[in-house]
Amino acid sequence: MTRLIPVRETILAGAILVLLLLISSRFAGFVAPSNLANVFNDTAPLIILALGQMVVILTRCIDLSVAANLALTGMAVAMINVAMPGLPIPVIIAIAIFLGAIMGAINGVLVWKLAIPPIVVTLGTMTIFRGIIFLISDGKWVNSHEMSPAFTGFPRMELLGLPVLSWAAIITIIIFGIMMARAPFGRSIFAVGGNPHAAVYTGIDVGKTQFWAFVVSGALAGLTGYLWVSRFAVAYVDIAGGFELEVVAACVIGGISIAGGVGSVGGAVLGAIFLGVVKNALPVVNISPFWQLAISGSAILIAVAFNARSGRNKGRIILKSAEATQ
Amino acid sequence: MSVLKKLAASAAMAAAMIATPAFAQDDVRIALVVKALGIGFFEAAAEGAEEAAAELGNVEIIYTGPTDTTAEGQIEVINSLIAQQVDAIAISANDTDALVPALQRAMQRGITVISWDSGVAPEGRQMHLNPSSNALIGNMIIKLAADHLPDGGEVALLSATTTSTNQNIWMEEMNKVMGDYPGIEVVATVYGDDLADKSYREATGLMQTYPDLDAIIAPTSVGIVAAAQAVVDAGKVGQVNVTGLGLPSEMAGAIESGASQSFAIWNPIDLGYSATMLAYELSQNGVEAAPGAEIPMGRMGSLTLDDNNEGAMADPFVYDASNIDEFKSIF
Repeated sequence: MTRLIPVRETILAGAILVLLLLISSRFAGFVAPSNLANVFNDTAPLIILALGQMVVILTRCIDLSVAANLALTGMAVAMINVAMPGLPIPVIIAIAIFLGAIMGAINGVLVWKLAIPPIVVTLGTMTIFRGIIFLISDGKWVNSHEMSPAFTGFPRMELLGLPVLSWAAIITIIIFGIMMARAPFGRSIFAVGGNPHAAVYTGIDVGKTQFWAFVVSGALAGLTGYLWVSRFAVAYVDIAGGFELEVVAACVIGGISIAGGVGSVGGAVLGAIFLGVVKNALPVVNISPFWQLAISGSAILIAVAFNARSGRNKGRIILKSAEATQ
Repeated sequence: MSVLKKLAASAAMAAAMIATPAFAQDDVRIALVVKALGIGFFEAAAEGAEEAAAELGNVEIIYTGPTDTTAEGQIEVINSLIAQQVDAIAISANDTDALVPALQRAMQRGITVISWDSGVAPEGRQMHLNPSSNALIGNMIIKLAADHLPDGGEVALLSATTTSTNQNIWMEEMNKVMGDYPGIEVVATVYGDDLADKSYREATGLMQTYPDLDAIIAPTSVGIVAAAQAVVDAGKVGQVNVTGLGLPSEMAGAIESGASQSFAIWNPIDLGYSATMLAYELSQNGVEAAPGAEIPMGRMGSLTLDDNNEGAMADPFVYDASNIDEFKSIF
């Protein structure tokens, strides 16, 4: 009962509010509801990827190939769109998710069957995926006038006042909220990360769970690949360069333990939103660009420091029922 | 017998050693090192280099560069080119100073080193080929914005990174001629780091901070495309004109949507062609790169070097709705 309001998420939400207040003192227009909706929309890809990354990190792995996966899928669907402009968007999205999942599965198999450390596997596949973009695109860009209007228009389409891009993030959050709390897969992820040996004794296949975690992360990276390319209306080799680190940072800020087993959907989402607010605020608060990198880095460190303090002495939770009797 | 064998062996070795450079002479290897692979502009420059190679006949072009725009990546590439003993290196640098030691090592080993597009400090190269004169580009980018603002207005700059050599020089030159454009006010300079998402966010931020903004000048090909998309998404087509330097193939959509009225760029094919021609002249025909020297560069005429051993190839060329269709399929 004492954990009805999660401490970590409350602190992070408070930090985001303080940040918003600080920004509004310098640029009042930032906290206007329409602008906050824009900030959320801009952060949507980061939220989706952070949720995928969360699942992987919870199982004591890490996926550094998400940004490269995103770029490769984005380039692939952009090229498919140029070759077949008539292909309906749901089919394009299905292809994107499928391609992303395949790439995730490659990571998963290498970690599961060959027992290579995940950081090594995904560093390797990261470079391989970027390399493949060169191969399929010949280093050329796919530009906005080559893409069909439906292709670039879909994430901008408004439903109930919010663009589809935002809805994609909201739906992902809801699915993950249910999956991590209620579905056997979600619970086994916590079990594998919390105590792999105990998980084995309860009949959970650790390697297989890690494999599926990579597939989930890959599929979400694939989905984001389409959303990213269509939103910025350009596909080239370097898109989302270095974005994997931002995704990991969002998870860490959100209180997901790099050691695995500890974390929550709310934390990952708030972590991503925190970074999104910082990234969107820096251009409008009139701070010298020479200081911006240092400031965003310090914001991350402070957030993590707060989290580390609040998260100390917390046990690892494997089963919800055990948590209730704690 | 053994003495005879040794003699024979040394003779064979000596013959091989003499023969090797003679063989290398048949195929002049010129390395075209770019800021990063996979950028349309540099791919087009490589095309021009191949054209020059075909014209010269005995030249092999090694088109290479790092996969991301870092000086560290380029140093690795240079080191591997030194190991391959290429005849000349023509480089577009990611950093003015960081590459100097590596390039000096290359020159010590007899490799001709020139920089083009984005320059290296004078001690790290024999000469530098500017795509156009920096003064002309600086004037061009503000002229592009001012031409559509007869009554003056607010403009903002969206650059690449804070340390990008050429963007910084162009903006400096632009500031020198601001007096010729009364009524035009530069309200801000922001940096998109040549990343589509960051440039997009910075452009959106500019439109929020300065609601009366009339034009965004982006002297970088990634930035201009991202800014045009941000203007379309903000519903400010017609209010905010995006201009600067971009590639016709990448900007065709922005011209079509009206987010950009016009933009300029030199011809990268000509640039790669000229760089290759210059590298060949220096490396094979014994031409000395010295202040005042006039070096031929094939169909592009000749290049006159200034006191810093730099020369300008040609004026930037303006693209708009009238000629975009003609050029968008070229580069």
